[in-house]
Amino acid sequence: MHLLEVNEMSIQFGGLKAVDDITFSVDKGEILGLIGPNGAGKTTIFNLLTSVYTPTSGDILLNGKSIVGNTTWQTVDSGMARTFQNIRLFKNLSALDNVRIGFHGLEHYSLAATLLRLPSYWRDEKALTQKALAILDIFGLKDIAGVQAQNLPYGQQRKLEICRALASNPQLLLLDEPAAGMNPTETQELMSMIRFVKEHFDLAIILIEHDMSLVMNICERLIVLDYGRIIARGLPEEIKQNQAVITAYLGNPLEEEA
Amino acid sequence: MPKKKIRSYLINIAAALLVFSVVYLALQLGWINSYYRSILILICINSIMTISLNLATGLLGELCLGHAGFMAVGAYTAALISLNSGLSPYLSLTLGILTGAVTAGITAFIVGIPALRLRGDYLAIITLAFGQIITILIRSLGFTGGALGLNGIPLLTDFPLTFWMLIVTMYIVYALIRSRQGRAILAIREDDIAAEASGINVTHYKMLAFVISAMLAGVAGALYAHYQGVLTPEKFDYNYSIDFMVMVVFGGMGSITGSILAAVVLTILPQLLYGFSDYRMLLYSILLIALMIFKPSGLLGQKELSQRVFQRLGRQLWGKKAQTVPAETDIPTTVVDEDTYLTEQGSGDSGVGGSSTRGQENLPVSGTPIAEAEGKHQERLGLDTQGDEPLARKQKGRR
Amino acid sequence: MTYFITQFINGLQIGAIYALIALGYTMVYGIIKLINFAHGDLMMVGAYIAFFALSNWGLPIYLAAAVSMVGTAILGVVIDRIAYKPLRDASRLSALITAIAVSLLLQNACMLLFSSSPRRFPTVTANLPTISIGNSTVNVIVFISIALAIALMIILNLFVNKTRIGKAMLAVSEDMRAAQLMGINVDFIVSLTFAIGSALAAFAAVLYLFSYPQIEPYMGAMPGIKAFIAAVLGGIGIIPGAMVGGFLLGIIESMAKAYIPSAFSQVTDAVVFLVLILVLLIKPSGLMGKPEKVKV
Ligand SMILES: Nc1ncnc2c1ncn2[C@@H]1O[C@H](COP(=O)(O)OP(=O)(O)OP(=O)(O)O)[C@@H](O)[C@H]1O
Ligand SMILES: [Mg+2]
Repeated sequence: MHLLEVNEMSIQFGGLKAVDDITFSVDKGEILGLIGPNGAGKTTIFNLLTSVYTPTSGDILLNGKSIVGNTTWQTVDSGMARTFQNIRLFKNLSALDNVRIGFHGLEHYSLAATLLRLPSYWRDEKALTQKALAILDIFGLKDIAGVQAQNLPYGQQRKLEICRALASNPQLLLLDEPAAGMNPTETQELMSMIRFVKEHFDLAIILIEHDMSLVMNICERLIVLDYGRIIARGLPEEIKQNQAVITAYLGNPLEEEA
Repeated sequence: MPKKKIRSYLINIAAALLVFSVVYLALQLGWINSYYRSILILICINSIMTISLNLATGLLGELCLGHAGFMAVGAYTAALISLNSGLSPYLSLTLGILTGAVTAGITAFIVGIPALRLRGDYLAIITLAFGQIITILIRSLGFTGGALGLNGIPLLTDFPLTFWMLIVTMYIVYALIRSRQGRAILAIREDDIAAEASGINVTHYKMLAFVISAMLAGVAGALYAHYQGVLTPEKFDYNYSIDFMVMVVFGGMGSITGSILAAVVLTILPQLLYGFSDYRMLLYSILLIALMIFKPSGLLGQKELSQRVFQRLGRQLWGKKAQTVPAETDIPTTVVDEDTYLTEQGSGDSGVGGSSTRGQENLPVSGTPIAEAEGKHQERLGLDTQGDEPLARKQKGRR
Repeated sequence: MTYFITQFINGLQIGAIYALIALGYTMVYGIIKLINFAHGDLMMVGAYIAFFALSNWGLPIYLAAAVSMVGTAILGVVIDRIAYKPLRDASRLSALITAIAVSLLLQNACMLLFSSSPRRFPTVTANLPTISIGNSTVNVIVFISIALAIALMIILNLFVNKTRIGKAMLAVSEDMRAAQLMGINVDFIVSLTFAIGSALAAFAAVLYLFSYPQIEPYMGAMPGIKAFIAAVLGGIGIIPGAMVGGFLLGIIESMAKAYIPSAFSQVTDAVVFLVLILVLLIKPSGLMGKPEKVKV
């Protein structure tokens, strides 16, 4: 059984088929790259996987169970987490709180425990704060745990989003252009961090990224999207040579970008 | 409970006791006449209302335009219990406060069902409608005394009761906000899509905050009924709801101590200014517009007047005594301490908010020396205004 | 049956008024995503202007209506420039609170200026004939009102869909940033929207006064809320939706007034709110709206 199975999934916005009859699967421990020109439908696929949108047709199975019709938070609970292309942090809250909010589904002390400050409150709060700091530490953000998210530099905001997503203890992590706006050194750094968390948390990752060097380097398999359809899939080496892909990128040969 | 917490809780309780004892003594010794006593009680009731509205508006981020309606539900419930139950006065008052909270909470639940599932400003409209309907309903129902209202409600609300109810309200909202439930509520205010993507059941927590907010308003209503002795439907009209909204905005959306400051100022001010009542709503509306344009964060922004603020001020003023202040309160950013990261949404610092010295004048701490020190030491105090316009940036991505 | 028909006609009349006010809400919402809580109060200001034009300056009714429309339009634009424009990028909540404040400001300023005691709008319909339907009569002004409102809506529709500026308005409401990049002067379009919406509210005020000739500072509140509900009913942000919603709500309300026993007369207002609740529960995007999909 695959971790994630997507069967003939489509969504239509008015006249536009943003995602058209897409089938793919992701296995445990795998990094799958999702690439394609602007407007190809990559982010829309993430929105469909996380139940932000409901597919017009098709099915999505996580661990063999359909998650179509779930709410987003249920999908998160069942093991999927994501980051956003246009950063959506809780801007006025500290970095630490951003991550602690990510833990929401995992901490279970009750409202009574909160209001009466029962032992379970103190215990859980302490534990999850420790865990949150540990995650921040992986991305070198521990020292800025108390800083408001909106005051962080762009690169750190992107990393903080990954931290928050990791906090929900996902099996499948969806990263939407995590390296956007980063310089080559930062990108390099990020890449090794992604590799590390994949091993450390035993994750499968779907990665949307325009930075070809990152994609080619880190992904085991690639899916290329154009106009909502899959136009190619395979190993990075194969994709580099694929004529359809090269045309889709409008005579912008991949070698040049890489 | 960690030791440091115990101490901080004890300090808070001691502070509350101190304030209480001073005022209570002054009342007992007759230094405060009955007119000012009733204003004191009103300040406490208004503070409860403002804090509770702040929970819905400042912390959850939903506009509630019918908060006086929930107060009315609590007030009428408690009054009817006192008038009809035949129990001993204080028993029926206790029962009234509890039942008032529950009925107001249930009402809020019903009001919230159509609106809170949806994204958008529907709660504002629904609560606006609710505020209108509830007065119509009270006027047309028989057992509420109709347009004549209810009379002869025993005057059981005194200063100690309202004061401690206010302290309880403060505690509830603080305790809520510094918890997983509270963080979920703040997350929804910040970005509901990201909140849901973090596993938060947005509708559930919106409802939780809204219902608790209404329950606290119900408590305030119960206290009000036994303070005023008479209830008429007109009292709880739209303008009354707006009064509390003005207090919330003025004090700072998200700041609980700010709410109290605003309730103090805006309860006393109308009493002081003769002929003010004609112009009150006009001035309020202009105040609101000006605040939204120039200082949407209100007096305190999202910050709180907390122990740390006073400690810092103390250190600035009496330099040497600083040694008595334990070092760990100095918030190194890596120390994990619930206070450090949770309530000070403003900046990770608990500076008394705002660049405006105008605002500072209203702070109880602003004796002249402090006001002077404030200017001089602004930098060293670490007062920063970065978190000052929390609202201004929130929804840019929405469109 | 004739009772039903007269009530239906009454419903159309009040519905036409709601529709005109709802258009202002919906157009403004469509463009800047703001519930302009002050819109009902703009209608009230329109009523005062019409009143003074008619009784103090002695203008004929059609000129009084025109003056009122122009004056209210200017006020609407000024309000937007002063109070709303600085908050364009601010949070929803700030803008909403400002709108509430503007509503309060208009109400209370008018109260201080004109006192809270109602003024009587002069009867301009005394010499008009009535039309009898069965055994009841309906003043011809009712039909004129409905016809005028519909004519205005047709003109608005033509303007929005056929002219360059109208299409620019649609473009701005579709995507303000993109419209700006296409060279559309967004500030002008927003001002124009406020002007048109306010003028329609003033016109609605005049029609309203034909039937309910009382003018007081709070008169805009209820029609304002109801018109907003009409806009939600039709689908907020959608111009034809506001028209349909307005007429529908007017008819519903009129029928409720006619068929709910008078003992519960106070509750008829509540029926309108019930409509709102039902819409939000069943189809929050309104009758003509498409379910909204946030772009993530
Ligand atoms: N909520 C929506 N309503 C209407 N159209 C939408 C919506 N969301 C996405 N689209 C359209 O679907 C298409 C795919 O968009 P999507 O954001 O998935 O592209 P993408 O591959 O992520 O592009 P980019 O690389 O620019 O991020 C676009 O044409 C977009 O305009
Ligand atoms: Mg994208």
